[in-house]
Amino acid sequence: MAEKIELQKVEVWDGNYAASHALRQAQVDVVAAYPITPSTPIVENYGQFVADGYIDGEFVMVESEHAAMSGCVGAAASGGRVATATSSQGFALMVEVLYQASGMRLPIVLNVVNRALASPLNVRGDHSDMYLGRDSGWIQMDAFNAQEAYDMNLCAFRVGEHMDIRLPVMVHQDGFITSHTAQNVNPLSDEEAYKFVGVYNPVEEMLDFSRPVTYGAQTEEDWHYEHKARQHKALMDARPVIESVFAEFQKVSGRQYKRVETYMTEDAEVIIVALGTTVESARVAAKQLREEEGIKAGVVAPRVLRPFPFDAIRDALQNCKAIGAMDRSSPGGALGMLFNEVSAAMYTTSARPVMSNYIYGLGGRDLSINAIKDIYRELQENATAGEITTPVQQFISLRGPKLSFFETRRS
Amino acid sequence: MAITSVKNLKEFSTANERFEGAHLLCPGCAHSMIVRELMNCSDDNLVIAANTGCLEVSTAVYPYTAWDTSWIHIGFENAATAASGAEAMYKARKRKGTLKNPDAPVKFVAFGGDGSTYDIGFQWLNGAVERGHDFTYICLDNEVYANTGGQRSSSTPIGSSSTTAPAGRVSYGEKQNKKDMMSIMAASGAKYVAQVSPNKWKNMAQVFQKSLATEGPCYINAISACCTEWKFDPKDTIHISDLATDSLVFPLYEIVDGHELNINYRPKNIIPVRDYLGSQGRFKHLFKPQFEHVLNEWQTRVDAQWDYLQRREAARV
Repeated sequence: MAEKIELQKVEVWDGNYAASHALRQAQVDVVAAYPITPSTPIVENYGQFVADGYIDGEFVMVESEHAAMSGCVGAAASGGRVATATSSQGFALMVEVLYQASGMRLPIVLNVVNRALASPLNVRGDHSDMYLGRDSGWIQMDAFNAQEAYDMNLCAFRVGEHMDIRLPVMVHQDGFITSHTAQNVNPLSDEEAYKFVGVYNPVEEMLDFSRPVTYGAQTEEDWHYEHKARQHKALMDARPVIESVFAEFQKVSGRQYKRVETYMTEDAEVIIVALGTTVESARVAAKQLREEEGIKAGVVAPRVLRPFPFDAIRDALQNCKAIGAMDRSSPGGALGMLFNEVSAAMYTTSARPVMSNYIYGLGGRDLSINAIKDIYRELQENATAGEITTPVQQFISLRGPKLSFFETRRS
Repeated sequence: MAITSVKNLKEFSTANERFEGAHLLCPGCAHSMIVRELMNCSDDNLVIAANTGCLEVSTAVYPYTAWDTSWIHIGFENAATAASGAEAMYKARKRKGTLKNPDAPVKFVAFGGDGSTYDIGFQWLNGAVERGHDFTYICLDNEVYANTGGQRSSSTPIGSSSTTAPAGRVSYGEKQNKKDMMSIMAASGAKYVAQVSPNKWKNMAQVFQKSLATEGPCYINAISACCTEWKFDPKDTIHISDLATDSLVFPLYEIVDGHELNINYRPKNIIPVRDYLGSQGRFKHLFKPQFEHVLNEWQTRVDAQWDYLQRREAARV
């Protein structure tokens, strides 16, 4: 039995350290991993826990991220708890196996410490890798700070391993801003955390030879569609499971999470929808603007990106007048993902608030509170005019001439 | 029951029905002979991983499976890593006491074709061997991407005509020599490496048993004559395999602990390489006068390799 660690009531951890403690407390059976900035410390910290006798599972350092996820798939099919971590290019290299993991319905937890995708090569945080994973069939949960990186990891095991779901789960945090910034974190004790996560429940395991299983079969046009449809159903069915896991987590931790987090949205006329650390910046900006300029600003943030919280997003936004969807990923010739998906949700309402799209922070470009305030002021103009007053998509905090795209024909 | 001593082929061929006959491999394909023999030569529980390829697409087409044991396929390149993940989970769960049947011996075996072994899965195989996982990797080496219709791999031998290195008016086909996976795997830390061929079934069974009994990574290169892409009559698979081993184009030998080389089969009558090449459509063009030099180079190369293997064996280094 692995040694326990007596944690303080409040620890000073960065997001990476918080995530690695959560993996340790979940008593993961196999971690197969390959280090990459900025997620490397998760793997390093875990390796130190192994070296110090705090882990009794296997720690397999493989030769690439593709192999890391391949090893995780082989391990997960063998009936135990599995987790790993990656970022950016490593995530991109894993993509083939991400689809295979979800297609085989294996509840692996993958920490994705968000970072830009080359080229140009960049180690800083943006959401390119998170967006790349959004059709991979994984549940995606987003942590906005170190505390949440810890909490979401514990919840991720419960959600993915739930007997009605059995799907892999990504836990996202922003590279460097969350992963390398030390903050106060309130952990559960080792006993409480493991009690919450629970004993792993094997399903269709390769090491039960009384009932041989075949993993990764071939299906063509006769059965492939049915498999993918059921996989999508499992993702959609995860919504109430996530809510019940969050409710249970609140009982043990006192911290409340929802599939969509809202801030000052009750009477808000203008709302920013964002992910990651931007959520906390936007909350600061919204509060200040309410006090300083009387703008009724609010913030809506998907805690769960997949399954996309279509219903909860709509509920959170239906009474506002103008929405700014902020995408921290190069949109590649289209509108940003958040813009498109939030717009789809809002199109099903009778009010249909004015939607606009802000691209920002690529490659770790800083986003200031003032820049967010400018967005709110533009949103306020849209709200007052009842129509969009700018091009639909704008790149903000960009060097050189202003860049904007997609004109509206609304008026 | 699996065999305990290798004597009777008939008894042996039905020893352990863990690989069912209802698969989609071509008639005359050597893959099924090799796979059946592996599964017949052990009573241990087997976790099998397979790379994408002929074996995989022919044996696990939903809702059917030919595998009466644990089996997993992930992608083209990562069967060795799937096996290493499974082996790591076995160790973890054994230590934690969460296995349903903790006392039953378990062996981990990965299969790949030469495309997934020599080419696209090379890094994954090499990484798993370097890490020292307790598993056996068996390359079903038919020297071509057979599953997708006969494209060249780095196992395709010189002078062979494939769809991506075809022989033509001015080309004799494949220009590169077959990659030496035996030396590479021995140098990569495999505890035991060997070449086997289904015509020498007793040797093949002994090699399989030896590799399963060896703690640590083992690599077996199994020549798998492919009637479809090598272009010979499906009834001649074993005959073609005889020509491969008796011409010494495919010598049967093993390397223990990375250095100790033993020759496992010495043909009583060594036959000319051209008899082997002449038996298959893929080499037919070499018998045109303008490509005669390729035939001569083949014989010289095979002779030199056999000489090298004998000297390596005698040196006991």
